[in-house]
Amino acid sequence: MILELSARDRSMLDGEQGSSAAAAMKILVAFSNAVGAGSLLDISGSHIDGCLYHGKAGLDFVERLVEGGGRVQVPTTLNVGSFDLIHPGMVKMPAAEEAPARRLMTAHMELGCQATFTCAPYQTRFRPAFGEQIAWGESNAIVFANSVIGARTNRYGDFIDLCCAMTGRAPAWGLHLSENRRGRILFELAVPDPEPSDSLFVGVGLIIGQASGDRIPVISGLPLPRDEDQLKALGAAAATTGAVALFHAVGITPEARTLDEAFDGHAPEETIRITRADINHALSRLSTVPDGAPLAAVSLGTPHFSHEEWMRLLPMLRAVAPGRGIPIYINTGRATLTRLQEEGALVGMEAFGLIPVADTCTYVTSILERLDGVVMTNSGKWAHYAPGNIGVSVAFAEMKDCIRSAAVGHVVRSAS
Amino acid sequence: MMQPVQTKSVERTGTFQLAGEAAGQALVFSQALSFWGGIDAETGDVIDHSHPGLGQNVAGSILVMPSGRGSSSSSSVLAEAIRRGTAPAGILMERPDPILAVGAIVAEFLYDIRMPLVVCDIAGIVSGNRIAITIEADGRAIVRVQTENVPLKSPECSP
Repeated sequence: MILELSARDRSMLDGEQGSSAAAAMKILVAFSNAVGAGSLLDISGSHIDGCLYHGKAGLDFVERLVEGGGRVQVPTTLNVGSFDLIHPGMVKMPAAEEAPARRLMTAHMELGCQATFTCAPYQTRFRPAFGEQIAWGESNAIVFANSVIGARTNRYGDFIDLCCAMTGRAPAWGLHLSENRRGRILFELAVPDPEPSDSLFVGVGLIIGQASGDRIPVISGLPLPRDEDQLKALGAAAATTGAVALFHAVGITPEARTLDEAFDGHAPEETIRITRADINHALSRLSTVPDGAPLAAVSLGTPHFSHEEWMRLLPMLRAVAPGRGIPIYINTGRATLTRLQEEGALVGMEAFGLIPVADTCTYVTSILERLDGVVMTNSGKWAHYAPGNIGVSVAFAEMKDCIRSAAVGHVVRSAS
Repeated sequence: MMQPVQTKSVERTGTFQLAGEAAGQALVFSQALSFWGGIDAETGDVIDHSHPGLGQNVAGSILVMPSGRGSSSSSSVLAEAIRRGTAPAGILMERPDPILAVGAIVAEFLYDIRMPLVVCDIAGIVSGNRIAITIEADGRAIVRVQTENVPLKSPECSP
């Protein structure tokens, strides 16, 4: 397919709007040709997963765009970085690594990106609306935007998310187009009267991620979620065990009011039943230690803890009142943290071991005081990646069990 | 110097994802390799334990494989490998790959190093063949495959 460019696209490509826009458009055109897009389309926002320092090339790219006078053309949020800029000293990093890691974050801000530093941009004022065309990086944010909101993005990543932001354009292909958004594979939840527990949503997410491949999954029989955070957890898990960028939950998500709508009138290519045993099996694989193991820390908020999640956690902390000094790390967006501080919601909570972490996440950088013990989490994504990333042992459980365990000093879990 | 008498050189045309000239020895993978988790950018070694090319080194070769694969982080790994000089001299693939194209173009933009990325028929190429990639007047890629181990003219093509 020949890629058709608008006059403005051409003007960018020809350097009439500066060297940074020209470079971004050149990269975008090559990418669009490679995916077979026929044209580019306007986007209304972008989310950049470029602030984790992985090597010099990544930083050189952003610096060059800054030098060329580049600015993002649409409201653009930033994913987590390697550093908590709000709580300096929390991340333990050699100075030689700290300087480029910090610079990577500030250089993005010099391009006009918003200093959100959150993996949950959908919790900020930059949340897109249904049907909006966006170019997002970060797997959990992508699946949330497509599935829960009904905004439209492909899985953008390294460099290309920023090229979309710098040009305000994205290739007209994949999930940007209605015809590519219908379901292909059906997962029937065969659990009678399922309780909408957090772990149920994580378990379903793990399973659809593993079994969907590149087919869009549709879930039927899912109980109504308590809130969107349960769908956040489902999507994050599905994008962890697989490459899911969009799921439909019949009667729950906006493009799946009915089974027929989810499949756009087509029949599923395959149907898979999910039983209680399947869910228990998927969840059991997240825990590397048995009940009773001594606990070193709790980590919640992967993806970043929403204000609603804080409102569930704080009364729980007061009621259980863990007093052993076991740290309870909560990863959250800086905007959410500011709101909580303005509300006075965190006053006195450090006595229970509460340590809020902003701008980053406990599994991508060195924050945890102790890496030799067991860390408990309610996040399927954290449980999956943390052992490989930072070398800890993990116990997965509901949030309530994580707090109870912090109070008694070892892993306790209620029967699910 | 004596040259082997029987040299078979076959030309094929291709499409550039990133245009450039390169020459080197073919390193052929029948299975796509993800650069992220598959290549060590510091050395060019293949580190993916599930890949048949494990333990080989891609630096300076003409890497030949059906397609790209895997995470978008492969763009960063390829760009970093090109910066460090541990990347292939060029890549031939049967199908275009957006992730590798982005990595190669970013490296060209930043470091003025052009690692040609060509989409062409890869049938019949085996590891060890000498390959030269040149640019036709019309912008297409010419891929010359020599099945005898004859040194090519350009000095940087030795393994």
